[in-house]
This record gives sequence, C-alpha cells and structure tokens, in this order.
Amino acid sequence: MSRLKLLPAALALLTALPVSAWAQSMNMADMPGTSTSAAQEPRADHDDAHADHAVASQPPVQDTRPPNDHVPPPPPSSSMHAMTPAEMTDAMEMNPSPPLGMLLIDRLERGRSTNGDYATRWEAEGWWGNGIDRLWLKTEGERNGAGTQDGRVDVLWSHAWTSFWDWQLGLRQDVGQGPNRQWAAFGVQGLAPYWFETQATFYVGEQGRTAARFEASYDLRFTQRLILAPKLELNFYGKDDPQRGISSGLSDVEAGLRLRYEFSRKFAPYVGINWTRRFGGEDGVMDGTSLHARETTWLAGVRFWF
Amino acid sequence: MDKQDPRGIQLPRRRFVQGLALGGIAAGLGLWRDGALAQAVAPRSELSGNHFELDIAELPVNFTGQRRLATVVNGQLPAPLLRWRQGEPVTLRVRNRLAVPSSIHWHGIVLPADMDGVPGLSFDGIPPGGEYVYRFTVNQSGTYWYHGHAGFQEQTGLYGPIVIEPREGERHAAQRDYTIVLSDWSDTRPETLYANLRKQSGYYNQGKPTVGDFLQDVGREGVAPALAQRQMWNRMRMDRSDLADVSGATYTYLLNGQTPAGNWTGLFDAGDKVRLRFINGASMTFFDVRIPGLKMTVVAADGQAIEPVSVDEFRIGNGETYDVIVEPTADRAWSIFAQSMDRSGFARATLAPRAGMDAAVPALDPRPLLDMSDMMGAMQHGDMGHGGMSHDMAGMAMEMPGMPGMPAMPMPHDQAAPPLKTGPEVDMRVATPRNNLDDPGVGLRGNGRRVLSYADLRSVNAPISPRVDREITLRLTGNMERYRWSFDGVLASEAGPLRLRHGEHVRIVLVNDTMMSHPIHLHGMWSELESPQGEFLARKHTVVIQPAQRVSYRVSADAPGRWAFHCHLLFHMAGMFREVVVA
Repeated sequence: MSRLKLLPAALALLTALPVSAWAQSMNMADMPGTSTSAAQEPRADHDDAHADHAVASQPPVQDTRPPNDHVPPPPPSSSMHAMTPAEMTDAMEMNPSPPLGMLLIDRLERGRSTNGDYATRWEAEGWWGNGIDRLWLKTEGERNGAGTQDGRVDVLWSHAWTSFWDWQLGLRQDVGQGPNRQWAAFGVQGLAPYWFETQATFYVGEQGRTAARFEASYDLRFTQRLILAPKLELNFYGKDDPQRGISSGLSDVEAGLRLRYEFSRKFAPYVGINWTRRFGGEDGVMDGTSLHARETTWLAGVRFWF
Repeated sequence: MDKQDPRGIQLPRRRFVQGLALGGIAAGLGLWRDGALAQAVAPRSELSGNHFELDIAELPVNFTGQRRLATVVNGQLPAPLLRWRQGEPVTLRVRNRLAVPSSIHWHGIVLPADMDGVPGLSFDGIPPGGEYVYRFTVNQSGTYWYHGHAGFQEQTGLYGPIVIEPREGERHAAQRDYTIVLSDWSDTRPETLYANLRKQSGYYNQGKPTVGDFLQDVGREGVAPALAQRQMWNRMRMDRSDLADVSGATYTYLLNGQTPAGNWTGLFDAGDKVRLRFINGASMTFFDVRIPGLKMTVVAADGQAIEPVSVDEFRIGNGETYDVIVEPTADRAWSIFAQSMDRSGFARATLAPRAGMDAAVPALDPRPLLDMSDMMGAMQHGDMGHGGMSHDMAGMAMEMPGMPGMPAMPMPHDQAAPPLKTGPEVDMRVATPRNNLDDPGVGLRGNGRRVLSYADLRSVNAPISPRVDREITLRLTGNMERYRWSFDGVLASEAGPLRLRHGEHVRIVLVNDTMMSHPIHLHGMWSELESPQGEFLARKHTVVIQPAQRVSYRVSADAPGRWAFHCHLLFHMAGMFREVVVA
C-alpha cells in the first residue's frame, strides 16, 4: 500500500501549489453515494500491481501555445448495468484464450531398415484447452509384419508453469509386444534455450517399475519451407522387461534426421533416416521380440496438423 | 516490382499479394464485367450532415480470386466517409443486419461513455436485426475513423473514415482532400488466423532466420561474431524476425478498399496542394508510407494539428491517423507506397493528373531484423553472456544520468522499472527501457530517408492536462511462444478496472516488455504524449510503444464512465486490455 504512505508526503508538498483538482476529487470521495468512487472502495489487487505513484504535483507548466479546443464530454445518460469480467468478455466477444484444440501428426512414415524390414511408424499428439491448462494425448509406435511394436499412449493434463515450460501429469498405456503396462506419468514439456523442443517424462508403473523418457528436437531452416529436423529420444527403465525388449538403465536411443518441405505450415512430406540402438540384448534380434538391437532405417513420411 | 526480398521472403502467389485489378465490392456486386471500372477513380461514398443511417451487413467480395464475405457498412468497404462539422450534433442510426451482435466505435472521438460503442462497457451491443442510435455533439476536428468493436468484424471490413471540418476552416488550404484508409484483408476467417497463431505463433512469419542467413553473416563477419550475434537471441528464445504476427503470407493489403493491382487513384492538377488523410484501419499491420519523389508535410497526428514537419516517410500504427500535404508539381503520376513493417507486402495507390495513369512502384525494402535496442532498451551494449537480463541491469538503470534542470520532469524512480515476474504470461522483461522517441523504429533506422518520429510531433496548442497528479505505470507484456498478451502479465478478466478520479490528471507510463510494437488506444480521453523530459508533445488517441521502449503521456480524467484501454492489434486486444473507470 505504498500509495497510502505517499499520500501524506504528497499533501505536505501541496501547500504551495494549486489544489483545486485534489480538493475536487477529495470532495467526491467524501460524498456519500458515489459508490464507484475509487477512494471509497477497497483497493483492488491490481492497484498494487501498477506502479501507482502520487506525484508531488508540479507547478503548471507555462505553455505559451494557444489554448486547445478540447471540450470534456457530458456524462453518459445511461450507465451500463453491472457485469462480471467474464460477462464483459463475452459481451465483447473477447476471450483471449477460448478453448482450442490441435492435432499434430508429427510422424506418419514408412521405413525400410538396413535389415530389410519394412515398418510403419507414427508419432502424434493432440491437445485441447485454453492455453494455460490443456489435456494432451500423445502416442507413438510402430507396426510391422509382427503387429504393433513398442507403442505407447499418454494422456496428460498440462499446466503452463513458466514462460516456456509446462508441467504435465497423467497416465501412460503401453501397447504392442509383451505385456501392456500401465504407468503414472509426470513430466515437463517446453522450449529449451536455443529453441530445442523438449519433453522429459518420468513414469511409475506396477511392480515397482520406473521409467524416464527424454525427447528433444530442433528445426533447422534451409529456407522458409525446407526444414531439417534432428531429433533425439532416450528411454530409461528401472527394471528389465525382456518381453518388451527393455533392459534396465538406458534401454534405447533413437536419433533421427528428417528433411521436410512445408507446402503449407500444416502439411509437410519428408524423407529421413533414423538410427535405433537397443541395449541389453545381444546384437541381432532382441529376446522374445521382433525388435533389432541396431537398426538404421530410411524413411519417408508426412507431417500434418490441424 | 519483379524481385521480392532477396532474404527469402517467398510470396508464392503474386496475384494473391497484389490482388486483383478488379476486386473488392465491384466483383462482389457482379460489376466486374464492366471494364470501365478498372483503374478508374474508385467510387467512394461520402455521407455528411447531422443525421446518418448506417447499415452493417455482409457482402461478397473478391480481392484475390476467391469470393469471400466481408462485413460492410451501406454496401461499402471501407465504410462510407462520414463528414461532420465541429460544434454540431450528430445522430447515427446503426442497424445490424448480421446474424451476430455488432457494434461501431468512433475511434478518437470525445463523446459520452454510452455512445462509445464498446459492448460490455458502453452498452450491450447491437443485436442481430437490432439498431442503436448514437447521439453526441462533435467538439473536435480532424481525421478519425470508425470500426467494429465486436468479435473480429474489423478484420473482415468494418472500418471507415471520419473527417471533421474545423469550425474556423482548415488551417492548411488544399485544393484536393483525400482520405487514405490502409487495411489488411485475408481470405482466411479471422477466427482461423487467431487459432493458427495460438497453435504456432510463427505461422505467418515467412522471414525466419535460415542457414543461408547464417552463412552470409559468417562470410561477412566471421564465424565468431555470427555465432555471438545469434547466441543471445536464441538462448532467450526470442525471434529477431518477429515483426508482424500476421503477414503478406495471408494478407492482401488494401488502400481505400483497393488491392495494389486495383490501384486506387486520386486526381490532382499540377500545382495543387493535396491533403492526404492517412488512417491505419488494418487489424494487424503497421505500414511505412512514402510517396517516392515527393516530400510530405505532416500537419496533423490523430486528428490534432501539429507544427508542420516535412518528411519522406512515416510509420503508421493501427488506429493512428496522419494528415499530410503534398504538392505534386509536375504533370505526372506518383505512387503512394505503404509497405508492411515486415516487408511482406504493400498497399499502393496513385496520385495522377488523369485517371488510368501509373507510376513506378518501388521494390519492398529488405526485411529488417530487430536489433539489440529492441530487446535491451537503453542497455544495448556489452556482453549479455551471463544470467539473462534482469538483476545486474537494475544497477545500470540507477546509473543512468538524470535530467538536470528540468523542473517538470517525471520522477526519476520510474526510470527503474518496477519488478515484473516472468511466467506463462510474460516471456521477457526490459530492465532499462529506452525512451528515445526520436527512433523511427526497426526497419526505418538510417534508411537514408527523413522518417517521422514521435519526437517530431509538436502540438500547435497547449495541453489539456497542465500538470500531473498521479503516475500509473503499466507494462506491456506477452509471451510470443504461447501467443498471449497482457498488461502487467495479468489479463483484463483477472485485473479489474483501472480507476481514475474524475478531474484528476494522471501520467500513464507504458513500458514495453515485448519484442513487438504495440499501438495502445485509450477510449474517451486524449493521450497527451510527452517527451522523455515530461514536456507535452502532441495529443493522440493511439500511442505506439516500440519494443523495449518507455513512453509516457498525460490523461485528463474528465470523461466520466467506463472506457476501454487496449492494444489496437486485433489479436492482442483481448489480452492486452483494461477497463478504465472515471468516477
């Protein structure tokens, strides 16, 4: 309440100065029934938020220019009925963040690995919300001759936390080979310095299982439309899970390079290459799965959103 | 106009940007077969007197080859010129023939609060099929405009010029007098434009830094300087190319409702003095205006007379108006060239002795990039290698030289900006804002032309506010990545109104903590722009604050009621908004 402290000082300084405006506003404040008078109302929070200073009134500046022709307007003949800020926003049709949804198919690609295997892979995310709180759906996985592999679906509630970061809380369901595990998920997602799109998510599952997933990507522009996007994904697990081709510690690393051409912002085909290294098994096919320990995949796909 | 910018702006559909020769309303009305309309002086509706009938309705238009629905007044885009006379009462019956609520706001006009046309503050808006009768006495003179204040109707065409004749006649005689309404048209619905920005804030930025730009800089300056130059921007996640949220990628820029190809033409006889009343009625576009070969004498800003100042070029923010006088001496055509601030397109018209003439249209200037002063304010030198830009800057602020010998100067403490926390609503803050009003702004600095700046504005008459009783500082804040805009990092719905006592004189200090220029418009009361030393410069209704800049103005709270106070960029407005209550 710095205003209140400043007020006596300002009044003291006023003695030598014209006080008509002050007097006028004081009188108004004292008048009963002027319910909207600022002085009578409890200070709203935002009065503090504004740096709001009583200025030691300066003597009127001697302006040698001719007077202006300004005429103050008469008061309104009808005043608006009371509205809550939300009603006002509605009346103005000016909600700055009405609910909005986006679905991004970041990768929908067909690839041929150097092992000669063909596979279709996807990674997609969708959100719905107001910009501060959002419901997220994320999924990625792979389909090959043996069916769905290495798939996951995350459903997360996300809340804007700092300028560039959101925290996220939710559930993950694994699908594909082996037992389909469920996890509780907690993570952060945002834009790291130097424009790296980053996600880091920690998971706790049944039977004391834990996991962590880290993903970062970058857009390197050759032109406004031709964009090279390197991407890195790391998965860590607390326990071995051989049926899903998972080993404890750093379980797999995936690094990709995709060169896309944005015909529009919303539609971009690409070609790329992806390296995968799965740890824990011997080189070759992972025990109990059709996943390879080392894979280099050439791929072509499409990225689109709406 | 063959080659666009070499830095990589792609204008893939030339026709789209330049528009159709025969676009707009003519096509919408099915008159397009009438070849005589091409290149002709555009028919312009003008209404004068004391009583006005205005009908808001939808009308098909065609600016790009695509038929779209525009929001128009009396079948006109822009809406008809309203010619009023100072001192006279006007009555305006506005009918809403849309299927949704509508409203018209008289931008820059001093009037009773219930006539201001802001739904939710002035009145309930005009329901579909309904009408509202605006009644007020016009006590000012000059160039103003009116526009929709409900939803995004302004983007789809709901704007038009107002000219108020002074009681004692014009201060500057001119043989010709034209209003020039600059605007931006998109075939995409404004709701979609806004949604695209919220999904990807750089959606319409087609000048993002590329590998090629980097290699060019390396070639010119060497690896280390090129890297260093990028280091801070990239670490801060600030985009130097972020000059306009919406660009020529979707916009066709219009001048009096004509595309560049449509070429609106104003006639003159050699030796005439031509008064051009520029109005920026665009939703999201700042324009840089010049008439190659002609000096422009600026005689009014925001409708208010200023001491004439002769310039080659001026920047006009959304909602601002400038009156200029030009004297085309030769019997030839001249181009009025208004390029968007991000150089992604332009609006254009011709001044000519006869209809159908044409002059060379200059190439777009190279696309500029924001520089350090746009991010750091007054603290633009030195190594920002450590710890961002907050605390160690405060010391610099205190060391900034005071302004000795100026009895009426602002309190020095407002030089050091009050604390502001970054967060979801705020992605940066400027510890030492610059107050260099003589800066014409990014893209105009040192371009070899004499460019108008706020420091050039000198009102011909005295201020309304002779003194300042109270000072209110507001930070203009935003988060570009999230596409959120606010004052002080707080949305209007959460902040409650800003309360002024009737009769008090306040100084509003605006500090821009974003990397964009914001035209801030206060309804109902004048914004009396001050120099950094607190001297009155000029009376405005819309004040542009450049990135990292601090601008102050006085407001005489002499208009009881509830008023809107907001950024006039359409997609910033909902967030960067306050209700102002004068009681």
